[in-house]
Amino acid sequence: MNAPFPTQTPIADLQLDNVSFEHRGQSLLAHTSLTLSGCRRTVIMGPNGAGKSLLMRLAHGLLPPTSGQVRWQGKTPVQAMVFQRPVLLRRSALDNLTYVLAIHNVPRARRKADALQALATFGLTSLAHRPARVLSGGEQQRLALARAWLLNPDVLFLDEATSALDPAAIKAVEDAVMTFHASGTRIVMTTHDLHQAQRLADDVVFLHNGQLREHSPAETFFSAPRSSEGRAFIQGELVW
Amino acid sequence: MPASDNPFLTALQLILHMDSDLFAIVSLSLQVSLVAVALAALVGLPLGAALALWRFPGRNGVIIVLNALMGLPPVVAGLCVYLLLSRAGPLGEWGLLFSPTAMVVAQWVLVLPIIASLTRQQVEALHGEYAEQLQSLGLSTARMMPTLLWDARVGLVTVMLAGFGRASAEVGAVMIVGGNIEGVTRVMTTSIVLETSKGNLPLALGLGIILLALVTLINALAHLMGETAKRRLG
Repeated sequence: MNAPFPTQTPIADLQLDNVSFEHRGQSLLAHTSLTLSGCRRTVIMGPNGAGKSLLMRLAHGLLPPTSGQVRWQGKTPVQAMVFQRPVLLRRSALDNLTYVLAIHNVPRARRKADALQALATFGLTSLAHRPARVLSGGEQQRLALARAWLLNPDVLFLDEATSALDPAAIKAVEDAVMTFHASGTRIVMTTHDLHQAQRLADDVVFLHNGQLREHSPAETFFSAPRSSEGRAFIQGELVW
Repeated sequence: MPASDNPFLTALQLILHMDSDLFAIVSLSLQVSLVAVALAALVGLPLGAALALWRFPGRNGVIIVLNALMGLPPVVAGLCVYLLLSRAGPLGEWGLLFSPTAMVVAQWVLVLPIIASLTRQQVEALHGEYAEQLQSLGLSTARMMPTLLWDARVGLVTVMLAGFGRASAEVGAVMIVGGNIEGVTRVMTTSIVLETSKGNLPLALGLGIILLALVTLINALAHLMGETAKRRLG
């Protein structure tokens, strides 16, 4: 549990089959088909309101699609999600971590040691006994990552996880993403930061107005995007 | 009981003389109200949390009824419990009428809607913030309940205080089901009513001052606890 080891069996493919999502009669995501496979870092991009977070919530299973299917081709993998604004419980940093171990039935005797190890991995040891909710934004986000780490996820979702952080904290989160990936975790993240996407992406899913415009390898997307909206987006001509 | 024309002096004398009658009355008051609040919390906290988390047909109806019952007149609650416990009533065999137990039951009826209803509001607000994260961690709705109740604990202390305030201040219900029997079911509020009707106003007022002081003390303790927790937990 301490260090996620590279998974022996390949992570099941996530398949979105003609997925649509409507809210109060308004279509927020339309007829999206997408397959995410392997241990890759997929970055979902698009302007504000394109449906990035929504797509991620559908993929993670937090929301059911209005129509279409979201399914794992094989055994449903262990998943974790890091949100834009970390939701931490009203307890100490350490207790936030032992909490997830408790709900995942880790024996009581092991919880504290595992939690301390995770805190150390994310440079939070000195903050172990501080109330989680008075930590700085960057510290809170690292604590959220440490919490995800303890779940030993096969797939990690990050929703705009760095958008409220300063450059140093952004770097810490990106390093953590690479650590997760190196230990065999598939990464699915949203960002509207082009440079971050270039640093992290293996492949890019580009959304615009609730529609999937393209899903390309990163080098293709950044050098020669196939969709005209993708082209406009990376050239900084905001498309709405 | 000692008596003087000045209610403050009377209150002071009562306390200083460690009057045993007074002590019995105060301790019965506290016991009845605290037990009623504790038992109401036992039911009201999970009930409120469940109402906050589950959607079912008729949910709004239940919420409206609970909210309305927060304003239930104590005499009505007392009357209902009286009918239930009186010799001819369905639970008459238990012989509970005019006992402290009957007073606890009556106050429980008064406090339960307050605790359940306010707990629902607190938990519902917190759930709005926590829902996605807890769902992402794989928690079922049932398993979210203890987490949300615990994380709402600072607010729930205030909820308990509201319940305790209701219980310790009411007189109608305990008067009807307790009967204000000296040494058995006489509590602060019923004593005050009695002394007032006897025209012993300084003593009545003195008792009132003691009651107010006690309630203030308990509220101060809870407030301090809440503030400490807030500072520690952020």
